This record gives sequence, C-alpha cells and structure tokens, in this order.
Amino acid sequence: MDNIIELKKVVFDYTDENDLPVSVLDEISLSIERGSFTAVLGHNGSGKSTMAKLLNGLNKPSSGTVTVNGMDTADEKHEFEVRKTVGLVFQNPDNQIVASIVEEDVAFGPENLGVEPKEIRNRVDEALKSVGMYEYRTHAPFKLSGGQKQRIAIAGILAMQPECIVLDEPTAMLDPRGRSEVIETIQRLNREKGMTIVLITHYMDEAALADRVVVMDGGKVILDGTPMDVFGHVTELKSVGLDVPQPTELVTLLKADGVDIDTDVLDVDQCVEVLVKALHLEEK
Amino acid sequence: MLNNITIGQYFPANSVIHRADPRVKILLTVAVIVILFLASGFVALGICAAFCILLILLTKIPVKMYLKNLKAIWAVLLLTAALNVFYITGEGDPLFKWKFISIYTEGIERAVFIAVRIFLLIIISSALTYTTSPTELTDAIERLLSPLKLIGLGGAVHVFAMMMSIALRFIPTLIEETDKIMSAQKARGAEMDSGNLIKRIKAMLPIMIPLLFSSVRRAYDLAEAMECRCYNGGAGKTKMKQLHLSFRDFALVFGVIILLASVILLRIFPIVLF
Ligand SMILES: Nc1ncnc2c1ncn2[C@@H]1O[C@H](COP(=O)(O)OP(=O)(O)O)[C@@H](O)[C@H]1O
Ligand SMILES: [Mg+2]
Repeated sequence: MDNIIELKKVVFDYTDENDLPVSVLDEISLSIERGSFTAVLGHNGSGKSTMAKLLNGLNKPSSGTVTVNGMDTADEKHEFEVRKTVGLVFQNPDNQIVASIVEEDVAFGPENLGVEPKEIRNRVDEALKSVGMYEYRTHAPFKLSGGQKQRIAIAGILAMQPECIVLDEPTAMLDPRGRSEVIETIQRLNREKGMTIVLITHYMDEAALADRVVVMDGGKVILDGTPMDVFGHVTELKSVGLDVPQPTELVTLLKADGVDIDTDVLDVDQCVEVLVKALHLEEK
Repeated sequence: MLNNITIGQYFPANSVIHRADPRVKILLTVAVIVILFLASGFVALGICAAFCILLILLTKIPVKMYLKNLKAIWAVLLLTAALNVFYITGEGDPLFKWKFISIYTEGIERAVFIAVRIFLLIIISSALTYTTSPTELTDAIERLLSPLKLIGLGGAVHVFAMMMSIALRFIPTLIEETDKIMSAQKARGAEMDSGNLIKRIKAMLPIMIPLLFSSVRRAYDLAEAMECRCYNGGAGKTKMKQLHLSFRDFALVFGVIILLASVILLRIFPIVLF
C-alpha cells in the first residue's frame, strides 16, 4: 500500500494562560492512502481542524512525526514542498480569497512558487475549468455565491498542482445547493484526477460518499473503516454526539429488535431494497 | 444604504482604458491632477473637462457610476462653493448686498470653477480605480516604487503593496458585514438613525465591536490560507499578468501631453471669456 501521508503517534498540545500544556491530539497514528477519499467525523472540539493543519505542516506535532511523501513536516527545508503537495481548504470561503478578481486569486499560489507566467496562465485556466468556474474568471469573487467562492478556493489550491487536498468543513457555511456543488467537485477530482481527498465534515451523508470514515473524539481516533463498518456502530457514534445516516439507523434498530434484515445500508434506495427483501422473507 | 459606496471599486469591462498599463494609468492620473491645478481660466478648465468626459466614455463604464460619486461629495462641493461666493471680493460693485454679506461676480465665477475642478478630480481618480483591479493597481505601485529596492527597501515595498491590495479586497466584504450587523442590531431594537451626535456615536459601538472581532478572526484565517498557498513575503514571486507597454499607452501619454501643453499655453496667453 502506498501512503501519501503518515501520522505516527502524533501528540499536539498548546499551552494555556497558566503555561500548562493542554492536550488536543493524543497519540494519533493514521495513514492516508494515495488516491483515496477519506472522511473525518467528530463533534466540535474533537481536534479535527488541529489535525488538518498538521497534515500540511501548518501545525507541527508536539511529539511523534507527520510525513508527506516521506518528508518530515517538522523539517523547515521541506516547508513549501509539503504545502504544495497537500493543499488545505478552510470553512469560510470569504477568508481565504486573497485577490479581487477570480483568476488573480487562483494565480496566487503558483505566483508564490515562482512558476513561469505562461505556465501560471495554463494552470489557472485548467484549475478553473475543473471546478466549473472558468466562465467566471474575470468576475469579482465577493459577488458570487458561497458554493462558487468555495470552488474558487479549491481552484486556488489545484493551481499549485497538489497530490492531496484536505478540506476542513468546506460546506459548513453553505446552503444545500452550494453544498452539493462543492461535494460533486470533490468527488470528481477524486475519481477523474485520482486526487487524494481528506474531507472533514459533520454531515453524515457527505461522509457516506467516502471510501473510508475516521471518527475522532477527544483527540483520539475512535472508529476507522469503510462507511458501512463505521455506521454500523450506532451506539458508539451516538455516545460521542454524532448521528448515523437515518436509513442506517432504521435498519440497525430493526435488526436489534430481531428482524431478519441486511444492515449494509447507507442511503434511502438501499434501505428500500433491504426492507422489501425483509418483508418478503416475513411472508414466507 | 452602504451599498452605494463605489469609491475604490473595480468594474471589469473590456475597454482601451481597462487594458492600458496600470503603471501608465497611475502616472497619468497624477499628471492630470497636477494639470487640473495648473489650469487657470474657464477655457483651460473646459478643455480639461472635455478630456475627462472623453476618457470616461472610453472606459465603457456607465456614466451614472461616476455621477454616484457626486452624491457622496455634494456637501463638500457646496461648502467650498459657498465659502468662495462669500469670501471673494471683486473690483466692481457687488451683485448683491445685505448687511455684512456681499456677493461679487468674481466670487460666483471662482465658486463654479472650484466646484468643477473638484468634480473632475473625483472623476479622474475614479476612472483609475474603476478600470484597474486592486491587484493590478498594487502591482503597478510596487513596480513604480521598485527603485527603492536599491536602498534596501524591497521587502517594505512588497509588504506595503500586499497590504493595500488586501485592504481593497476586503472593503466590500466588510461593508456587507457592517450591513448585516446593523440589521441584526436594529432587529434587537437599536436606534441608529435618530438622536444627537453623542447618542449616534454610542449607537455605533455595538456595530464597531463585533466588526472588530470578526476582522481579527478574518485576518487570522487569511494569514493561514496565504501560508497554505506558499506565501513567503514575496521572495521569488512571479506574476501571471506581465505588464507590457503598447500603442494605446503611448496614445494616452500623448493625449495627456497635449492637455498639459494647452493648459500651460493658456496660462501664458490667457483667453478671457467675460
Ligand atoms: N492554539 C490553541 N489555543 C487554544 N486552544 C486551542 C488551540 N489549538 C486547539 N485548541 C483547542 O483544541 C480543541 C480542538 O480544536 P479543533 O481542532 O478546532 O476541533 P474541531 O475542528 O474538531 O472542532 C478546541 O477545544 C480548541 O479550543
Ligand atoms: Mg474545526
């Protein structure tokens, strides 16, 4: 297995006002496989954002190591190479747009990297096309919708030609339409360009789209597996303040009540299917 | 209400003026401002006005965008005009006399002259910001100030330009936010449009404080986002849009030289209309 990012026994603390260390992450070990789509779940304050910033070296671990393509993120000499390889997209689209024109904003990353002007132009056009915002390249970002702004933020990262994109609750401030625009874009990047995706979210339906779901609580990883595996742990998820997709919860409850039903369910269609099957079995 | 502020905004369009080199535009704007102060007499002012009108027509931006600014500064215009009307004394008999107030023809002429001049100053500087994106503007300033690199101020020049472009970028965002906070406070029963000055200033506090907090939050977020995009203070930075002087830039420079020449000639050989 080829891992793009590896976290080994990563601890992260900060010092509070009395100079006492407060632990945010507690010996996390995790590896992200190249080309995979991982979702990270956890309620507020469970350390998700702290972890996201560790993945591209914005945060340095207090102990343990984070490596990106084998480079230690704590080593200053890899700083730009690491940030270029793992791009980070944040929650608030307004606070990550630097320039007043869409294309100038997307060019910001490659300009900082000292890429040739012609090559920047190509990268900007390509990045905007792959998030479906090419027609808006000369617009002012502040007039666009939240979903459009967030896609520009993604394009800004894409223009640096990263191998992995980490998105920290990118849909938390968006309306349902903006959410689906962003999620579709992320899925497309994963499927068509083989981009490695780490999506931090608190929406179960978004997590269900990933290949792998990691659940965090109190700075620890408490569950890790395919969406199907993880959502099977209804009681654990509830105990850390998370919900399960409703279809999954329904069939799990039925199963617990002794109904003979298949619980491998993530969405409404699958739920209907297993319910129909279960009803047929009852009749016989 | 705050949506009416257009100063410092950019209106994308595809005009000769939009495509002109921003360095040239900045220098020529400064030149025209100087020319406006050199202009003496209504003929020279008329030529300047004609030049400005031609220029704003060339920008392909609706004239009403320029006139909007007039609304914002009408008080200043009125005040300066009034001061001139009342303070300037002429040689002949006053046109109008009442107690200590006397108004002379010269005073009225002067007032009109100054009002037109201020208006042209506003128009010409808006034409610059309307047609030049903040990035282009600050990029051009950075390059115009690049001789300072020779005395070791290169870093300072870059930081100054970056700060300006971010400030301009966040103006609309902060205006939008102020509007939101104001509505929120009004919904809670805050009265902002009534009462004396002290009361109004007090009423601004519940707006300024949340605005300040959120701006600090934004600054922090933006700094992180910039770091994620490999920003390192401008060292080794390239630019997607290269600046090239072209025929249209020389044409603009030529136009301004003609303007300067006619204004200077009119100072030496004045044509008096009335
Ligand atoms: N530098 C810091 N200073 C103070 N508190 C911090 C710092 N870094 C993290 N924390 C705290 O760590 C906890 C986890 O934060 P975060 O990673 O943002 O969680 P999440 O993104 O899952 O909501 C929060 O309680 C937060 O207040
Ligand atoms: Mg967070």
